[in-house]
Amino acid sequence: MKPEEIIRPENKVYSRPRLLTDVHTHYCPGCSHGVVHRLVAELLDEMGLAPKAIGIAPVGCAVFAYNYIDIDWIEAAHGRAPALATAASRLNPDRLVFTYQGDGDLSAIGTAETIHAANRGEDITIIFINNGIYGMTGGQMAPTTLLGMKTATTPYGRRADLNGYPLAITPLLAQLDGTCYVTRQAVHTPAAVRKAKAAIKKAFTNSVEKRGTSVVEIVATCNSGWKLSPAQSNEWMVEHMFEKYPLGDLKDVESKA
Amino acid sequence: MAKVFGAVTIDSMHCKGCELCVVACPADVLSLQPKEVNDRGYRYAFAAKPEACIGCAACATVCPDACIEVYRVVDRGN
Repeated sequence: MKPEEIIRPENKVYSRPRLLTDVHTHYCPGCSHGVVHRLVAELLDEMGLAPKAIGIAPVGCAVFAYNYIDIDWIEAAHGRAPALATAASRLNPDRLVFTYQGDGDLSAIGTAETIHAANRGEDITIIFINNGIYGMTGGQMAPTTLLGMKTATTPYGRRADLNGYPLAITPLLAQLDGTCYVTRQAVHTPAAVRKAKAAIKKAFTNSVEKRGTSVVEIVATCNSGWKLSPAQSNEWMVEHMFEKYPLGDLKDVESKA
Repeated sequence: MAKVFGAVTIDSMHCKGCELCVVACPADVLSLQPKEVNDRGYRYAFAAKPEACIGCAACATVCPDACIEVYRVVDRGN
């Protein structure tokens, strides 16, 4: 068959999500943020939640998320997205409220807000992009940075005696009674992307059905910060990040008692 | 046996040449332009071997810039 016979509207199996705005994102080539943005846009459209959704944008690389997905957004101060999400979901109980945060935002400056929002069991979804580095500011060490990992502020690698240990915050959140679903996913292969999409879908469903806080951690790459190509970053992530941050569900409570 | 024909269209202006689709493609259809660049200076992806495409959408699934659209025809021989 010739390409012009195949490329017809009735044969289309994959198209750009309707909710993604027609702009160039500021993300570096190969950044995992783009994939997760696409998944969120696809899911909100498929689930018919776009008119009901309120996203809370963080400070970090995803600070301009409100320019890329065509839904209602609020921009939070650094780390305060779960606090704003609490307000948004309590004042508008019929809305789907989700935050979209990086590791510098969620597990460093926003640790208190994150833990207390999850402990209160706010009916929100937290999408947590963990790439082990402060990407936007130039690749400095984050709490999630692995031991031995070279960053702008740990040029000889992170040392436990000097910089402390990497912080895995999702297992902490899984211990709290307020969370109903805590999972860790990645978006480095087509299969992983499909699993991550299913996880975000489950989290959104939990939020709509008021079951408590859902946390979806996406172990991500920062190829600019890691000084690798996008494909090499994915390999490095599989080899090193998954050891400290293994994928899978950490907690899944079907319904809150 | 049913034959599957696929095709991809790539929005070369949105492509940033990250090469993730090239790595993800199981049929080695895609590659980056060897010399051509788009308006923003990226060597964008294109279907170098379009006849091998099976329309699996693996490329579109991993594309961070949502610039790949996939078409598929299943020929059941009738």
